[in-house]
Amino acid sequence: MTERILNHQILGKLDESNHVTFTFNGEEYTGLANESLSAALLANGVRTLRHHEESGAPRGIYCNIGHCYECRVTIGGKQGERACLTPLKDGMNVESGGPLLTSVKDWRPGHE
Amino acid sequence: MNNVIIIGAGPAGLTAAVTCAEKGLEAVVIDEYMIAGGRLLGQLYEQPDGTWWNGIKESSKLYNLAVELGVKFHLNTSVNNIEKEGDSWLVYTEKKTLRAAKLLLATGAAESPVPVPGWTLPGVMSVGAAQVMTNVHRVKPGDHGVIIGVNVLSAAIAMELKLAGVDVAALTLPRTSKVTEESAHPKKVMDSLLHVSHMAPSKLVKLGSKFMKIDFMKKLGVTFYPKSGVKMWDISFQLRKAVIEIYGDTEVEGVTIATIDTKGEAVPGTEENIDADFVCIAGGLYPLAELAAVAGCPFYLIEELGGYVPLHNERMETSLKGLYVAGNITGIEGAKVAIAQGHTAGLTIAGNSGIPGLESEIQESIQSIEETRDHAYIQFHSEVKKGKEVLRRKWEASLKEQTCKPKGRRFS
Repeated sequence: MTERILNHQILGKLDESNHVTFTFNGEEYTGLANESLSAALLANGVRTLRHHEESGAPRGIYCNIGHCYECRVTIGGKQGERACLTPLKDGMNVESGGPLLTSVKDWRPGHE
Repeated sequence: MNNVIIIGAGPAGLTAAVTCAEKGLEAVVIDEYMIAGGRLLGQLYEQPDGTWWNGIKESSKLYNLAVELGVKFHLNTSVNNIEKEGDSWLVYTEKKTLRAAKLLLATGAAESPVPVPGWTLPGVMSVGAAQVMTNVHRVKPGDHGVIIGVNVLSAAIAMELKLAGVDVAALTLPRTSKVTEESAHPKKVMDSLLHVSHMAPSKLVKLGSKFMKIDFMKKLGVTFYPKSGVKMWDISFQLRKAVIEIYGDTEVEGVTIATIDTKGEAVPGTEENIDADFVCIAGGLYPLAELAAVAGCPFYLIEELGGYVPLHNERMETSLKGLYVAGNITGIEGAKVAIAQGHTAGLTIAGNSGIPGLESEIQESIQSIEETRDHAYIQFHSEVKKGKEVLRRKWEASLKEQTCKPKGRRFS
């Protein structure tokens, strides 16, 4: 299980004073204000942030600094937001994406 | 209007901003991340004098100084495009478009992925991702993990995970392939690790670094490397085993490793499973230079610098007027080198903006980059100086080429 590192032998104590609540796929969670959404979700044990648009395979964070776009979620109705670059705010509504109705396929011979 | 726009709030960008502001320029810094500091944020290691290099503290020191000097920041802001219009650079962000005569690209580095079967499972992340989670956000990436890829960065981060109470079961090699050939060869890995074995915190280091430092042992280690691996900072370094698969139903549950021979080939029948709730992939860093490409900078592939780097000189000028580079975009090195480069870039930009009397300071700062490089504690590529020399010759060649060409075509 993941958890917060409250006491770090070099970095010291974690400031946990500023709690906010947010929802992910309708479920309510608590996090720290302005931490990244990806960190808040991981601290709650949530690793799967979306399912692949075509295969439906589960996906989570990969690079955690905005390059890979694997952590894209829908925030307040806006699609394609990177959880790792989004500062957590109170009352945020986050939804994960899933497989789309029409498969993306390469229809050329030999590519099915 | 701003005098200079700086893209990237890492050690190079922040230092350049401070330098520009000290010389009286109006500087604005843009960064995608919500906290200034870039890759510096996650760094945490003990220095030879026993003090700790704390990336968060170093970042906030630089950031606060910049703010005090009047530097404006647009954090949490992505740059979508840059464009030259007349004498100024236009920088398009998702929020607004900014304009300045001088533009510094201090975009840093990105991590090379190493595709391993199962690497898209939730719980698999780049080693830098685990570092940011652990040291910046203070969230454990998991309880016990495996790191694929043995290099300076992954060894340092393994130690940082350990400091935070996260168990690292093993560092292993990726399975050999054309892409990963270099990073999967035991001897080459051992050579590269010599640059990190000395940076272990005295509290934790015991046997490992001594083992690595003796050349005889190193050779012995490659040929007769114990199949059980060697422990450094109480973490098992598996240089005879490679991860052939990451498994799990909906999340990471473990990895399958197999023994590899001295040539890096997997030995059939030696597969075994290691439980893990997270896996880090460490493929090394490369310069993040897309924006320089968008601007039209000439590029050279220089392996010693970690990848493609935009052509630039020691004053941090590119061959495009008003465009500068500093930090890891110029080659993969430590934060202290990036800071020194940012200082030079800031001085050059100030000088080129009409601030007089800076030449001796610029020369001193160029000297200081060299000295910082010579004393670098962490070295990602042992031949970095050779790479810099290659680039210097390319620059000189481009100047000659320019004088032979019809006036001002490429450099206008």
